[in-house]
Amino acid sequence: MIEVRELTKRYGKVRAVDGLSFRVEPGRVTGFLGPNGAGKSTTIRAMVGLDRPTSGEVLVDGKRYEDLPRPLTTVGALLDARAVHGGRSVRGHLAGLARSNRLPARRVDELLETVGLASVADKRAKGLSLGMSQRLGIAAALLGDPQTLLLDEPVNGLDPEGVKWVRDLVKRVAGEGRAVLISSHLMSEMALTADHLVVIGRGRLLADTPAHDFITGNSRSYVLIRTPEPERMRDLLAARGVQVDHGPDGSLEAVGTDQKTVGTLAAESRIALYEVTTTTASLEDAFMQFTADSVEYRAEQGAAR
Amino acid sequence: MSSLNAAVDFEWSKVRTVRSMVWSLVLCVALSLALAVVTGAVVRRQYADEPAPSSFDPVSAGFSGLRLGMIGLVVFGVLAVTSEYSTGTIRSSLAAVPRRGVFYAAKMLTGGLAAGAVSCVAVLTSFFLAQATMGEESVSLTDDGVPAALVGAVLFTTLLCLFSMGVAALLRSSVLTMGILMPLFFTVSTILTNVPGVGRAAQFLPDQAGGLALYRHAPDGYVLNAWSGLAVLAAWTAAALGAGYLALRRRDA
Ligand SMILES: Nc1ncnc2c1ncn2[C@@H]1O[C@H](COP(=O)(O)OP(=O)(O)OP(=O)(O)O)[C@@H](O)[C@H]1O
Ligand SMILES: [Mg+2]
Repeated sequence: MIEVRELTKRYGKVRAVDGLSFRVEPGRVTGFLGPNGAGKSTTIRAMVGLDRPTSGEVLVDGKRYEDLPRPLTTVGALLDARAVHGGRSVRGHLAGLARSNRLPARRVDELLETVGLASVADKRAKGLSLGMSQRLGIAAALLGDPQTLLLDEPVNGLDPEGVKWVRDLVKRVAGEGRAVLISSHLMSEMALTADHLVVIGRGRLLADTPAHDFITGNSRSYVLIRTPEPERMRDLLAARGVQVDHGPDGSLEAVGTDQKTVGTLAAESRIALYEVTTTTASLEDAFMQFTADSVEYRAEQGAAR
Repeated sequence: MSSLNAAVDFEWSKVRTVRSMVWSLVLCVALSLALAVVTGAVVRRQYADEPAPSSFDPVSAGFSGLRLGMIGLVVFGVLAVTSEYSTGTIRSSLAAVPRRGVFYAAKMLTGGLAAGAVSCVAVLTSFFLAQATMGEESVSLTDDGVPAALVGAVLFTTLLCLFSMGVAALLRSSVLTMGILMPLFFTVSTILTNVPGVGRAAQFLPDQAGGLALYRHAPDGYVLNAWSGLAVLAAWTAAALGAGYLALRRRDA
């Protein structure tokens, strides 16, 4: 388990992370969300001791990362896919890391097989595509069979098969009772993967909640209705206490009802219906709604410049 | 201690698996040997008819290749440090070895040992090749002052490599580090040494001071001799390594 306590990191005048506290708990996938520049990568770098906190601390199983005797067996991190010497072979890179933590050399070949890089094991890293570099980074994170995985935008550049592989991997790992923190801008992917969400903006914690609660709490589901008699339909629904808004192209958006009710009501009143669709909330909508302030702020900043 | 062992293993695997690093070491030996042979031949022709002046130092002349070959060692030391930053490897390295003192000690130890081993090869082979081609004027291994000069030469090039590594750890950029070290080693200090007035101070520059170890008998006009010169270089090296360590410990990776 990882515990971030009152973490603050300043780069000159920029407060990249500002009094941030949260936990990465075992047994679930924690999605780490925030707009560009929110401080996600900075937080993850601080977790593994790369960036020195301005104040606050990060504890891994109650210890500082630096005090872990063989850190790769406790925490595996994917920070930046290109954190590899281009002149070194794929296998050479992993073999070196294995040596540094006294991991068996056979683990390297096992992993190359697992992440699908066995065929390029002896190629130099600079010849790898973005997706392949990403796979190499994931292999490095998995090398020590760690109890905690930190993945900063792991699906960036991966092909659909790779994206699904990462999704299955993190779910399996969390299912085994390990802790996973994963950042991504792909909301649809996050919605499929994360059990819990930590959302930050401008370095501050905005939300730390179960994924389901976040979605239902920050976006609305509604029934979209198209009919030649929108006014009558609206009055009918409103009379039953249903909130109805006007959607685009003369459509109606009814909140707090369902298709069946709408259909029955329309039939009783002999109103023709062209379309009745339930629109469920997506993580993307929820996220956009939630971080609107943060994004607005940045857009203003950009315009002012 | 075992964590230092593992970290040294890690560093050693980094040296072996990057071609540019291996090549810079090969370059060091190759340049030293090639120039040793050329110098030997030139000396032989020069002094074929007339005897060499008493100031002629066959040991120092034989090391003219080494003076150039040490570029390879400097490049090696600098790359061993700066390539971590230029490629971003430093992130995976420090995630694997988060104790920066251990990481730094392992890197310097590995670099120093590799430089020492390569220096031994370059110094001995270039000495023997130069003396073999020099003819009349050559000296042998057992002659007065020769063993000391050979040991001194190995210490000189090894320390110079470590000094460069310390500077590289401080500056983090290969362009910046090379841009400072190369002119310093190959032009500035030679020029300064020959400018009246500052000459006496210039002999305390790292390469000039340490370079006195390359002579069989210390040349005239120097305050320092081979051993005090090496001591001055060792002090420079300690300072550079210390500054490099402070930079690594304080700064973000
Ligand atoms: N090494 C650094 N030096 C100076 N400023 C930095 C540094 N690293 C990050 N920052 C700044 O800190 C802030 C947070 O950056 P960070 O990379 O952590 O954001 P992020 O949430 O990972 O963004 P993204 O979604 O774009 O990856 C940004 O304003 C960034 O410019
Ligand atoms: Mg980032």
